[in-house]
Amino acid sequence: MSFMNWIDKRIPFSNTMKLHVTEYPAPKNFNFWYLMGSLAIVVLVNQIVTGIWLTMNYNPSAEGAFASIEYIMRDVEYGWLLRYMHSTGASAFFVVIYLHMFRGMMYGSYQKPRELLWIFGMLIFLVLMAEAFMGYLLPWGQMSYWGAQVIISLFSAIPVVGDELTTWIRGDYVISGATLNRFFALHVIALPLVIVILVFLHLIALHEVGSNNPEGVDNKKPKGTVKPEDQAQFKFHPRYTDKYDIVDAIPFHPYYTVKDIVGLVVFLILCSLVIFYAPTMGGFFLEPPNFEAADPMRTPEHIAPVWYFTPFYAILRAVPDKLLGVVAMGGAIVMLALLPWLDRSKARSIRYRSTLHKVNLTQFAISFVILGYLGAMPATDLYTLMARICTVLYFGFFIFLFLYSKNEKIKPLPERLLK
Amino acid sequence: MSNAPVDKGRRRFLTVATAVVGGVGAVGAAVPFIASWNPSAKARIAGAAVEMKIDKIDPGQLVRAEWRGSPVWVIRRTQAMLDSLPLVEGNLRDPESNEPQQPEYAKNQHRSIDPEWFVAVGICTHLGCSPQFIQRDFVDMEGVDSGFFCPCHGSRFDIAGRVFSGVPAPTNLVIPPHYFVDDATILIGEEEGAA
Repeated sequence: MSFMNWIDKRIPFSNTMKLHVTEYPAPKNFNFWYLMGSLAIVVLVNQIVTGIWLTMNYNPSAEGAFASIEYIMRDVEYGWLLRYMHSTGASAFFVVIYLHMFRGMMYGSYQKPRELLWIFGMLIFLVLMAEAFMGYLLPWGQMSYWGAQVIISLFSAIPVVGDELTTWIRGDYVISGATLNRFFALHVIALPLVIVILVFLHLIALHEVGSNNPEGVDNKKPKGTVKPEDQAQFKFHPRYTDKYDIVDAIPFHPYYTVKDIVGLVVFLILCSLVIFYAPTMGGFFLEPPNFEAADPMRTPEHIAPVWYFTPFYAILRAVPDKLLGVVAMGGAIVMLALLPWLDRSKARSIRYRSTLHKVNLTQFAISFVILGYLGAMPATDLYTLMARICTVLYFGFFIFLFLYSKNEKIKPLPERLLK
Repeated sequence: MSNAPVDKGRRRFLTVATAVVGGVGAVGAAVPFIASWNPSAKARIAGAAVEMKIDKIDPGQLVRAEWRGSPVWVIRRTQAMLDSLPLVEGNLRDPESNEPQQPEYAKNQHRSIDPEWFVAVGICTHLGCSPQFIQRDFVDMEGVDSGFFCPCHGSRFDIAGRVFSGVPAPTNLVIPPHYFVDDATILIGEEEGAA
């Protein structure tokens, strides 16, 4: 192929494709949980494309924003579809990201040597939350406005500079058109760029250390330790085979591209059901007060963030002190980022870890879901008590993990991935 | 070009000096980008003081003004409301108004210049919602019928905007600078004698 030769002499196209796609050795035992990464990329593309199309009709000003959303919904051809794809995509993004993160926790994917990979992932999660938060202000509905009011006020809890800082973030003494315009700029330009760069780094870091798998044992063995007939019988890029003997691996393409497409079809069917039949998802994806224009003089009866923020919001509310509440909320995310250093177990995968760990991870997942429910509900005495218990359990997960993981009794690890 | 031996000390000095000067330049270049996020001249003007006529407000009535985009309440308190102030003090977090949430002249039991007239920013000090003015069955306490209740997270304030203990709001409601221009007019957002 002389044309490809011409290209490859000028840019390493074929080599890059082999390195990262057709000759990338992926463990052969990926299960359902390993669909989430590629689904997240599909959702990211969806958000970028529908987002670009929405900006073509959106008016980023306090006077025009709400009306321009109505215009998109009613007058622009297929505007309703583009908007619902974008709003559903935002929630779908968090669904797959939370599952993706939980996968990492189950199979210990954050453990050495994947610490930096995990940190990049946490950074993506953080920027994604900022992206979603700023995007939610843009329709300039009641919940956009008051939700932003609540979240920006969090910064006023910082001693000394808090009030100045919130005024600086808002660009006004209250949330106003100035805030809307800067959030628009960050939402459509700055943060998407950052996310794309971080995703790129996440993938490069992934391919450098290699994918983990449900068994949590390496499929790269030291060079020369595996008999040729026991090695994976595929052609992999010399970048991988020069240093290691690869076992129990298959090339990412075509094996996992085909598998991921099956998952993608199911995922798109689910997303379509939401987009066409329940675009507000009963008030969880788009909250009812947001169908009214923002009114700075009138607070909605009950302010709740969108569902993907509610677990952290519940932690914020569970702490009676304002500053400590903000610290706890931030700490909830920092603890996740510190997992590679908190978990000192010799086994990665939950399949080989102690019952204690299984119980601990299960209670963490349950606490997180309950916090998510409580964060969406008004704070009654009972709910506040429950939120406090779940907050303790949430942080308890990390503390217990740190304590028991060093001397944890684990099942013997297999030499190879299950055949 | 001569092949003089490398003067490492000189090279290090030049590297450090260049880096420092470059760093100063980078910090300087960041100033406009950061400063442009401050409220614009237009926003600062919109934050100026507002005047309000108060001669037609009935006892027990709450009237809202808008100052810096926030609701400011002006309430003409009844004697019953004022009588409730000492009754709730055992349940308050900061009954003496020690936190600097008000100008000096409002640091008293009724948190106002004139006991009858209560002026406050109607924004909950927890997370910025606007509390509701309750005039009946505010708390389960004889003689205390009125106060403010924030529907967002359940914070309560008495009729002088003092926060109850055991609620999320950390401090009393903010009392904006204000003064009586004459018997019928109040100016919100400015101290008497300022500009």
